[in-house]
Amino acid sequence: MIYREAGQFKTTYASDQAVFPIVQDRVVVALAVVAAFVVPPLVADEYWLQAVLIPLLVYSLAALGLNLLTGYAGQLSLGTGGFMAVGAYAAFKLATAFPQLNIILAFLLSGAAAAAIGLVFGIPSLRIKGFYLAVATLAAQFFLIWLFNKVPWFVNYASSGTITAPPRTVFGVMVSGPTATPQARYVTALALVAVGALVAKNLVRGRVGRSWMAIRDRDIAAEIIGVRPLRTKLLAFGISSFYCGVAGAELVFLYLGSAETLAFDISLSFLILFMVIIGGLGSVLGSFLGAAFIVLVPILLTNAPHLAGLALPVALQKQMELMVFGGLIIFFLIVEPNGLARLWQIAKEKLRLWPFPH
Amino acid sequence: MSEILYGVLVAPFRDMAGSPAFLAEVVLGGVFAGLLYSLVALGFVLIFKASGVFNFAQGVMVLFAALTLVGLLERGLPVVVALVLTALVMVALAFAIERAVLRPLVNQEHIILFMATIGLNFFLEGFGEMVWGANVKKLDVGIPDRTFVMAGIQVNQLELFAAVTAAVLVAVLAVFFHGTRIGRALRAVADDHEAALSIGIPLKTIWVIVWSVAGIVAMVAGIMWGAKSGVQFSLSLIALKALPVLILGGFTSVPGAIAGGLIVGVGEKLGEVYWGPLVGGAIENWFAYVVALAFLLVRPQGLFGEKIIERV
Repeated sequence: MIYREAGQFKTTYASDQAVFPIVQDRVVVALAVVAAFVVPPLVADEYWLQAVLIPLLVYSLAALGLNLLTGYAGQLSLGTGGFMAVGAYAAFKLATAFPQLNIILAFLLSGAAAAAIGLVFGIPSLRIKGFYLAVATLAAQFFLIWLFNKVPWFVNYASSGTITAPPRTVFGVMVSGPTATPQARYVTALALVAVGALVAKNLVRGRVGRSWMAIRDRDIAAEIIGVRPLRTKLLAFGISSFYCGVAGAELVFLYLGSAETLAFDISLSFLILFMVIIGGLGSVLGSFLGAAFIVLVPILLTNAPHLAGLALPVALQKQMELMVFGGLIIFFLIVEPNGLARLWQIAKEKLRLWPFPH
Repeated sequence: MSEILYGVLVAPFRDMAGSPAFLAEVVLGGVFAGLLYSLVALGFVLIFKASGVFNFAQGVMVLFAALTLVGLLERGLPVVVALVLTALVMVALAFAIERAVLRPLVNQEHIILFMATIGLNFFLEGFGEMVWGANVKKLDVGIPDRTFVMAGIQVNQLELFAAVTAAVLVAVLAVFFHGTRIGRALRAVADDHEAALSIGIPLKTIWVIVWSVAGIVAMVAGIMWGAKSGVQFSLSLIALKALPVLILGGFTSVPGAIAGGLIVGVGEKLGEVYWGPLVGGAIENWFAYVVALAFLLVRPQGLFGEKIIERV
């Protein structure tokens, strides 16, 4: 950045290996988090909170989960939607079966349920990898969705087959159900994402994250230096599914309000995968940037013709959106295959030397 | 417990033996669906063999080819002219893809190229619908679609036609791959890009050829599928069904794609009809994947695939 680390001497290992070793970074990030908590609820209108920012946070959490699995541990998964569905249905069952249960606790428990399912579907990863593993996780995706469609117990025998978020409070504030304000939903989602990101950041710089990266980069070498592939890969599947499960629960409770299995179909899995790849594989920041890109660009594309004063037919506009979106994906991959996080890193390097690059 | 075992292990086979004609019809339906999966999987295999790219856009290429053909037919062109023009469009598309997507991404990791084909997927979907419209269309290229009874079994002419076409296509591809100069070059590229380059095989030309052939295979698949259920967006989703087919047959094998397609097609029809009712039906959606998953654990390279999988 424009500031430098000159004069900040590290005298302990702890300070050298901190998440943000530079004081200015800590300050900027802390300010950004506080701003994220305070500014949007005060400034943004309902449309922005409910239709843009909340999905952005929910998708960020899911992308973060997938990034731990695909970006850090190197296991390609197309079952994200299925794991999110597990989280959503588990949260629904928990919240309706135990009405007095704190909803945050229900989210975490449903994350644990998703983690258990993720562990089961992670077992094939011990023998196969790459695209083959992707197909194996597709089995999870289709099987889980089918299961939730077929067994009426999951939807409490509702004839419509939909799950609806019941009204629940956190510290006396309504956060889910039809009467919850978008502000309360937004703050809840943000708090969960912030904690999730902090945990993820610490996971990936510690022993667990390093063993994931060792497995990703060269599994045989990793095994030789004593990383156990079985435990490491299954742990990655479990933790990744935990994040996805919590995100799935949030998707229904904080964003959609009510949902069918359709909300968790294969296109959701791909959407999350796009976010991870466009944002940057193996980067916590990248998950957020990718989610922002995928959520904001279509909104921008939808509104761009209006801003330019053009009135296009709806169908044509939809098709233009698809074309521009696809074109942008290819363009970004050509310009920077390592994603938006890498672009940001390059920008930081440049700024660090600016204005005297030599 | 014994009831469940009876339902799983005995009753389906008793039903099968009870009415062989019905069984034959179910199998035939499965064969037809399987052939269509095979045709899509074939496009994947061709591109994967020659460039190591897992082409996610194959399904949309099927849709795009079918849309183009229907669009040209609607403008009153004769069938033959429309077919040739569509083939030319697919070749032009191959050129464009090589120039705009593959060449700038040479030497990138597979996942990046895979992502790029997903981008291509979106682009082609939007482009195809913008040019030719998004309505469901009827594709009629003069293939008869009547049902006749042969040896007590109902046979559909369209299905018969599809089977013959697929067989011819595979034969032509086999000759092309093994008997011609270009085919040998293709196999060389598939084996080792760098070695092929060093003995003077033009990689770019090979890529264009492979993508063109995959485009034409996509066109054939589009014609068959379009004649059966109309040209619509759901065509592009059969790309996902082709994945278990690839797993079963092996990513690098043309005969494997056909065999895998048939196994998946017949297997899911049989499973749906005879075992589906036990669990409430609609198992067609995931049956193929679970079969593929089980298969992977036993034989990761597929039925005919080369053993290139790195074992962990």
